[in-house]
Amino acid sequence: MDLTTLTYIVVGASFALYIGIAFWARAGSTGEFYAAGRGVHPVANGMATAADWMSAASFISMAGLIAFKGYDASVFLMGWTGGYVLLAMLLAPYLRKFGKFTVPEFIGDRFYSSTARIVAVVCLIVASITYVIGQMKGVGVAFSRFLEVDATTGLLIGTAIVFLYAVQGGMKGITYTQIAQYCVLIVAYTIPAVFISLELTGNVLPQIGLFSTHTESGVPLLQKLDTVVQELGFTQYTAQDGGTLNIMLYTLSLMIGTAGLPHVIIRFFTVPKVADARWSAGWALVFIALLYTVAPGVGAMARLNITDTIYPNGPQAEALAYDERPDWFKNWETTGLLAFEDKNGDGRIQYYNDKATAGDGNLINPAWAGNELKVDRDIMVLANPEIAQLPNWVIAIVAAGGLAAALSTAAGLLMAISSAVSHDLLKGTFMPNMSEKSELLAARVSMGVAIAIAAWLGLNPPGFAAQVVALAFGLAASSIFPALMMGIFSTRVNNVGAICGMLSGLLVTVAYIFTFKGIFFIPGTELLANTVDNHFLGIAPEAFGAVGALVNFGVAYGISKVTAEPPERIRELVESIRVPRGAGAATGH
Amino acid sequence: MALKEDDKAYWAANIRLVTVLLVIWGVVSFGFGILLRPVLSAIPVGGTDLGFWFAQQGSIYTFLVLIFVYAFAMNSLDRKFGVNEE
Repeated sequence: MDLTTLTYIVVGASFALYIGIAFWARAGSTGEFYAAGRGVHPVANGMATAADWMSAASFISMAGLIAFKGYDASVFLMGWTGGYVLLAMLLAPYLRKFGKFTVPEFIGDRFYSSTARIVAVVCLIVASITYVIGQMKGVGVAFSRFLEVDATTGLLIGTAIVFLYAVQGGMKGITYTQIAQYCVLIVAYTIPAVFISLELTGNVLPQIGLFSTHTESGVPLLQKLDTVVQELGFTQYTAQDGGTLNIMLYTLSLMIGTAGLPHVIIRFFTVPKVADARWSAGWALVFIALLYTVAPGVGAMARLNITDTIYPNGPQAEALAYDERPDWFKNWETTGLLAFEDKNGDGRIQYYNDKATAGDGNLINPAWAGNELKVDRDIMVLANPEIAQLPNWVIAIVAAGGLAAALSTAAGLLMAISSAVSHDLLKGTFMPNMSEKSELLAARVSMGVAIAIAAWLGLNPPGFAAQVVALAFGLAASSIFPALMMGIFSTRVNNVGAICGMLSGLLVTVAYIFTFKGIFFIPGTELLANTVDNHFLGIAPEAFGAVGALVNFGVAYGISKVTAEPPERIRELVESIRVPRGAGAATGH
Repeated sequence: MALKEDDKAYWAANIRLVTVLLVIWGVVSFGFGILLRPVLSAIPVGGTDLGFWFAQQGSIYTFLVLIFVYAFAMNSLDRKFGVNEE
């Protein structure tokens, strides 16, 4: 059976499953629509959280990032998992005890201020929409490469599926589809990784293969990789390239950003008890770690595979002739994600770091006229099975996995957006007298509108789509996480303090990002070139969320100290969320 | 209904637990994985050093253990202070 037919069957079967769940899990009340009736088992919620969290970026891009950045990509591995420790210990159990439906609702109630609630809604919507664009792009890439339909049709099919289960089932439908999507994506990620690890090191587990001996050369895999990339003028794979302060702050920003992302937090509203929220965070990280501990192996082995393809006899010998390029190379050339330009006219593919100077053990040939191969790092996971010459059914599963990762995260984000609109803006602020029935309808309508906007943004992606993910994490880290944490761990922080804190954290972070990436990401409006020399203490814009968070904490405490204490009922509220006792009662509202 | 003093002691015990666990959290990631990596470079792990292993593997396993220890310890703390859910 040819690859396209096989892919249609596998992807079609996974979609049929999601649609089946859509009809089975229909939400009958706002409690079911927003929080799946709070009846989700902690292990099931852990699995759903893992799918909710692991996006097209985790599935498609992360291993590629690791492949090309080596050690420096550890910031993503530690940042995107370490955040769950913070979430488990500092936020999730308390917000579950609070027992409401949205993140802005907690901020509004705790800081007794609808202004605070609206600031939180704005942060949530901006962070979530910027995040959703990336998922839509992922859906488009997967469809256009594997199903040979154009990206637009693919995106519309994907959107229609999400529409079916998210509008009907809300959080309930999304939860059960996410569980199914997790199973698809983890199988899809693991199978090629195991095959490649076996091929290169003879080890079944990529976690161990990464630190084992490279069968072909007899030296440790990482040592082999260090040598090969250095010969081509790149930084050694295991060496640190960036500044230490930047790496530390980047990791911290991703950690607190992860803990502050509303679409992840609301997943913990769906478990029955506070104790379940704690266990569930652990299970979420188990399911996430299954992918995140495999990714470093995938990255390193993919990097070695691609250099081996271009230099079949090592970088000392001649590079691959373009006419002899393998089939996968041709497949990916048509997507534009892989491109060859014969700069020195010798018909061979010289792939190296043309910015490197001679020396340091590199073998760069003076006759070469510049790097001739452009590799988009996003293809590393998707092309990996083809590069490693795995059977067609593996490639078909990888396609379904990429789509599952993108769709599950998109649905979670859309859930966070639509509940903020229907519950925080409509019911909470502008139309407090709305009946439950009309709120449920409003929730479905906002879900539909959010999906339409996401689809439109996916079809007309703003040029800055790749850059805005920094913004999403920056917002979550600098405004949402500190506000939530202070709301739980301090009884003294008041309304004015919290609002000023959130706004100043936000302002500092956004101003720093805009300085280097352009005002609203408009090219040409950068105040300073985005280079390490210009960065404040060498801190990259992506790593600045932690600084914004620090400003938020400082301003909030400072201002709260010199203004009126929060009223007695707020002290009582904080004290009640600190003890699990009575969480059952809070669900019945 | 437990006494107010009990709730205070419960909260203090909670803060102690979380502080210890978060110190470990910071040491394995920011410490072993980044800042102390040069110190750990003498300890080889499969073609590279222990710091690299912590940055790309070890910290994640430690995070997992930390969350489960937290969940277990907190849930028993709840019962000890009688603030658990029915």
